[in-house]
Amino acid sequence: MEKLLLLGDEAFAQGALDAGLSGAFGYPGTPSTEIIEHIQKSDLAKERHIHCEWSANEKTSMEEGLGMSYAGKRTIVTMKHVGLNVAADPYMNSALTGANGGIIVAVGDDPSMHSSQNEQDSRFYAKFAMLPAMEPSDQQEAYDIPKYAFKLSEKYKLPVLFRIPTRLCHSRSGVTRTEVLPENELSLPKDPNQFMLLPAIARKRYQHLLEIQKDLEKESEESPFNKYIDGKNKSLGIISCGISYNYLMENYQESKCEYPILKISQYPIPRKLIEKMADECDEILVLEEGMPIVEEMLKGYLGRGLVVKGRLDGTLPRAGELNANLVAKALQLTFKDGKNIPEIVAPRPPALCVGCPHRDTYLAINEVLKPFGQGHVFGDIGCYTLGFQPPFNSINTCIDMGASITLAVGAATAGLFPAFGVIGDSTFGHSGMTGLADAVDKKSNVVIFILDNSTTAMTGMQDNVLLGKLEQVCMGIGVEKEHIRVITPLKNKHDENVKIIEEEMNYNGVSVIIPRRECIHLFAKKKAMKK
Amino acid sequence: MKKDIILAGVGGQGILSIATIIGYAVVESGLYLKQAEVHGMSQRGGDVQSNLRFSDKPIHSDLIPNGEADIIISVEPMEALRYLPFLSEKGWVITNTKPFINIDDYPTEEELKAELDKLPNKIALNADEVAKEAGNVRAMNMVMLGATSPFLGLPVEKLEEGIKTVFGRKGQAVVDLNLKAFNIGRKFAEENK
Repeated sequence: MEKLLLLGDEAFAQGALDAGLSGAFGYPGTPSTEIIEHIQKSDLAKERHIHCEWSANEKTSMEEGLGMSYAGKRTIVTMKHVGLNVAADPYMNSALTGANGGIIVAVGDDPSMHSSQNEQDSRFYAKFAMLPAMEPSDQQEAYDIPKYAFKLSEKYKLPVLFRIPTRLCHSRSGVTRTEVLPENELSLPKDPNQFMLLPAIARKRYQHLLEIQKDLEKESEESPFNKYIDGKNKSLGIISCGISYNYLMENYQESKCEYPILKISQYPIPRKLIEKMADECDEILVLEEGMPIVEEMLKGYLGRGLVVKGRLDGTLPRAGELNANLVAKALQLTFKDGKNIPEIVAPRPPALCVGCPHRDTYLAINEVLKPFGQGHVFGDIGCYTLGFQPPFNSINTCIDMGASITLAVGAATAGLFPAFGVIGDSTFGHSGMTGLADAVDKKSNVVIFILDNSTTAMTGMQDNVLLGKLEQVCMGIGVEKEHIRVITPLKNKHDENVKIIEEEMNYNGVSVIIPRRECIHLFAKKKAMKK
Repeated sequence: MKKDIILAGVGGQGILSIATIIGYAVVESGLYLKQAEVHGMSQRGGDVQSNLRFSDKPIHSDLIPNGEADIIISVEPMEALRYLPFLSEKGWVITNTKPFINIDDYPTEEELKAELDKLPNKIALNADEVAKEAGNVRAMNMVMLGATSPFLGLPVEKLEEGIKTVFGRKGQAVVDLNLKAFNIGRKFAEENK
């Protein structure tokens, strides 16, 4: 069989393609972006005309995926963990509608917040929705899971969550490819009411979901991705979820682990296997990347039953990602400490690139706001969030996609003047338009900057849905034409830009300023391609 | 046979092309490989690293545990020091001595030198200068790969093949420049190890 060298993200994407995928829907977000990018580069996807263009946001992606599943085809939906918050409405309800063609919701979690606002654990969503979830321990499982998960999805007519952490998303390893399956034929759901969640039908669908929970548990108990490995020393049993299994095994390269191990990659948790461990072991150590969801379930609120160790009792840190050293410490194994980092080593945080158009925009905003002091600029999610860093110190908030506009509206309503919102073109397409409609409707006294660098830069230059349409969209939403101003963020235009920003600041109503200049990396990429 | 390597630098300096070429040579030699990268926000001028592990046996963790790295390859001197907790007692540091200064509190030249001098096993060279002399400062990475090559335990011809594969689409002149840079780096390390 063919052997490929793939990132965890790419392994999942290739696995889905080889499992008869017909469409991938998603919005870019670290660490999940490379899933769809792999499909965009794939010859098999080209040959089969597999859909793989980016969507406006995670909610539209989830719904488009569900629509493809409705039509009987196999589909994946991709996003980062906080994207699942955006897609939570359709995801939660998809537990009741269920699926027709196999559907996998692939979510990249980011424990330790390498590139995110929080480290929420997507397994909670699967439990909340009562849907099955899978998390690979290595790249080979990331490749193997789609074939299995599509079958599971089609057997129970339910979406399956695929959860993968940053370290696996962005780590490359050899993957053995298996046979390529054909795509599904187009077919409608057998029950014409399946996707119709009027209360009377929804209640029946919910009852059905409750009834099949025991079957899903049984699937987990018999899953090839969950396994019980016996050990002689029963003073401790180790439950190891997802990637933590690698960190555990790293500590047992020379010798076999003396304790029984339960490796979990499929949820709901396999009840019988856990009962077996609880029966034969004195204590249980739970290793899980992200939040202590399994640990909390086993421990119970009062913790008066089983002795369960993990992130909640301090055996492992409560926050941040795991590694082999932390696991060794939890098992009281010896490990090397390594040298200290010399004191002279300074932190090197990311910064706006030299030549970046956002630099010129922030310099102009700073000059206009000098008389008003700090605290007037609401930021958003993208490269321009780095405007928080010195020497700019230009923005004051970063919460979620689209929140710049709406926070500015709220603060202006409270009486703050000036109130500026700063949002990127792709983020505006993701979640900014509805906020702008609010602003227009409320006649808010805000200035909204839509930083148009013609790409989704932070995640590596993906297209976005509003490319070339920003002014039209703003006008359509109701912003007055004379208060939509396009400026060029360049040093030699600084004075002119400052004047325009001042004019719009002094207009009592909604103004949109569009600083438009291509991302320098996109510019360089296009130049290189021309050569 | 097992090697754990940390590649260090600043986002945008291109440490990943070094990783790609070593990865090519590893796979072509029929060994197991795991290589973890940093994508996302840090790539914008922040500190970045890649953990590269290869072995004749299957590899478990994608990350190298503390005190286990055989080699730190750094394309920037301060970044070499950031990963010392991962270096094994007998490990080697192969570093470019040319600083990349994009922060205010960057250490002085003397401070950096004093710390690098404390390392028992190191190859330190101004790879930017060497690459410039070879024809283009952008070949700095290949100088560093060359300087690391005597410590990798991989066949040189497989590394050279990797260079040809990675740079091939940019034309023969670029391939030749990078091979030249690689060989100068290699010679320097052979003479100074």
